[in-house]
Amino acid sequence: MDMHVLLFALFAVGAVASAVLTVTRRNPVASAMSLVAHFFMLSGLYLTLEAQFVAAVQVLVYAGAIMVLVVFVVMLLNLGNEHKLLERSSLRTVMGTLIAALFAVQVIITLLAHPTGVNALSPQAVTIGTTESIGQTLFTTYLFPFEAVSLLLLAALIGSVILAKRHVK
Amino acid sequence: MPTTIPLDWYLMLSAVLFVTGVIGVITRRNAIIIFMSLELMLNAVNLTMVSFSAYNGSIGGQMFVFFIMAVAAAEAAVGLAIVLALFRNKQTVYVDEVNVMKW
Repeated sequence: MDMHVLLFALFAVGAVASAVLTVTRRNPVASAMSLVAHFFMLSGLYLTLEAQFVAAVQVLVYAGAIMVLVVFVVMLLNLGNEHKLLERSSLRTVMGTLIAALFAVQVIITLLAHPTGVNALSPQAVTIGTTESIGQTLFTTYLFPFEAVSLLLLAALIGSVILAKRHVK
Repeated sequence: MPTTIPLDWYLMLSAVLFVTGVIGVITRRNAIIIFMSLELMLNAVNLTMVSFSAYNGSIGGQMFVFFIMAVAAAEAAVGLAIVLALFRNKQTVYVDEVNVMKW
């Protein structure tokens, strides 16, 4: 069997399994660890798509920065009291889950008919995923959105400091 | 088994991952786990973007992934600060126990 297909199957199964673990674990720390595993699996999937830079940034930003923040908050809040962690299932959550699952089934049925008709990676895929081409496009065509994102991050920084302050007067 | 992977496989995978995130948001009570499910949904969309970009030979999809990551980082910082402020004021992170704006 082809190596590419094998790797895709491996990472896809890993990604789905760790995603399911993330939403089903009762303990938030176990959830967070499954989510870290999920980010690594996605990074592998990006590598099968020849997107090297996105794969590296995925590990650095998501598994590195965002998950550290989440785990830090989980530790800070110290959520014990096991019986309070039990989920109550109501008609609303059951209906929501069923409708969401129906959506996935619909998408899969649609895609099984092979509507895109694309079977192989584009020949340019190898060149567009490199750091050089990403950097060149980011600082020429996408320069304005890039600067706008820096403002967004500044606003988030100030907002989170204000929100987490002890006494807001 | 084909020797190359059709685009549809990646799209199906990301649909399944997205719906897993949706189910997490709907069923869980812990605000932090709801938050992690949101990250799952954002990542499923990122996978769609990167696969379209690689199969189309266009770089736009990967650029969008960077902007989505920046928004996710901003959202993580503000969201967790809100959870902290919530815990400080109400001593809970369970979303069904926070109902002061419900009537």
